[in-house]
Amino acid sequence: MSAHEEHSSEEQHIVSPKIYVLIATALLVCTALTVAASYLELGAWNAVVALAIAVFKASLVVLFFMHIKYSSKLLKLTVGAGLFTFLILVGMSMSDYISRAWGSF
Amino acid sequence: MDSPTVALHDSSHSEHPSYQRHHFVSMAQQKDSASFGMWLFLLTEIMFFGGMFTAYLIYRNWYYPAFVAGSHTLSIVLGTTNTAVLITSSFTMAMGVWCAETRRRGGLILSLILTLVLGLAFLGIKSVEYHEKWVQHHVPGLRFDAMTFVHPKAEPGQPVEPGLPLDMAQHTEVYFSLYFAMTGMHALHMIIGMGLLIYMLIRAIRGAYDNGNIAFIENFGLYWHFVDIVWIFLFPLLYLISRHQ
Repeated sequence: MSAHEEHSSEEQHIVSPKIYVLIATALLVCTALTVAASYLELGAWNAVVALAIAVFKASLVVLFFMHIKYSSKLLKLTVGAGLFTFLILVGMSMSDYISRAWGSF
Repeated sequence: MDSPTVALHDSSHSEHPSYQRHHFVSMAQQKDSASFGMWLFLLTEIMFFGGMFTAYLIYRNWYYPAFVAGSHTLSIVLGTTNTAVLITSSFTMAMGVWCAETRRRGGLILSLILTLVLGLAFLGIKSVEYHEKWVQHHVPGLRFDAMTFVHPKAEPGQPVEPGLPLDMAQHTEVYFSLYFAMTGMHALHMIIGMGLLIYMLIRAIRGAYDNGNIAFIENFGLYWHFVDIVWIFLFPLLYLISRHQ
């Protein structure tokens, strides 16, 4: 039992409000940045910058608001495997679509 | 675990809270299983929204001028406000989870109310945007007029948009179909979430979470943050990335 107790006190990490305030501020600042960036004329880079900021914001939410930074290896692996599968599905669909016409020009 | 507020189920067993199910070795294992199950559900949700995101990317490549013109009809001010509202509601929900973990009933009730109010504000702003689409004949299937993109009217304070050829203008309907499908599914998730918020609020006022049995609140927190993440991607894709083309 005592082994479990130790285990649980390590697992049940309570994230402090200070971190939540910090992350919420960072998310709001990033929102302002992405809107400001959309008014700049960057050509194809507009989409890249906007998506990069979105990925960064989503990572902050997953790691801190959703506690993955403080979670067990099982959960970290689950989230990682899910994202990997997601990227395979989207990436393969897009690569098929983009390369359909190759060779016919 | 040894705190006196925890109701003990049976002293002949090893000591554990009454809400620990008997097939779990420890509370830690029960909590891990609960979050693991919730995450698996959220991953299926990611795949579900991912299908729509992929459709959006492919059609945007296909009917690029139509998607640019469609995107220009959205209000950046309303979109940005809604993003800030939703991020703040994620923050208040995170605070709610913290209050539940540290057994602050008052703080939990306040956090749930604030999250609910911010969720309502989001849907209110969203409905203003939907109404605008209705007025402008930009609702596919119900009230749609492609001619608004062939001969765009000058908006006050905005440069006049160049008109699209008729066949491309008709493809703006694809943009608006995806716009309503994606923001609509997102809004549906918010409405379901607000129903759950009201349920948790009633339970919290009755003191149901005072004994530390807060798996429901923690899992709802994961759900609410997931809905936030979906919007974090919807906002740039629908509103921002076509500003300059």
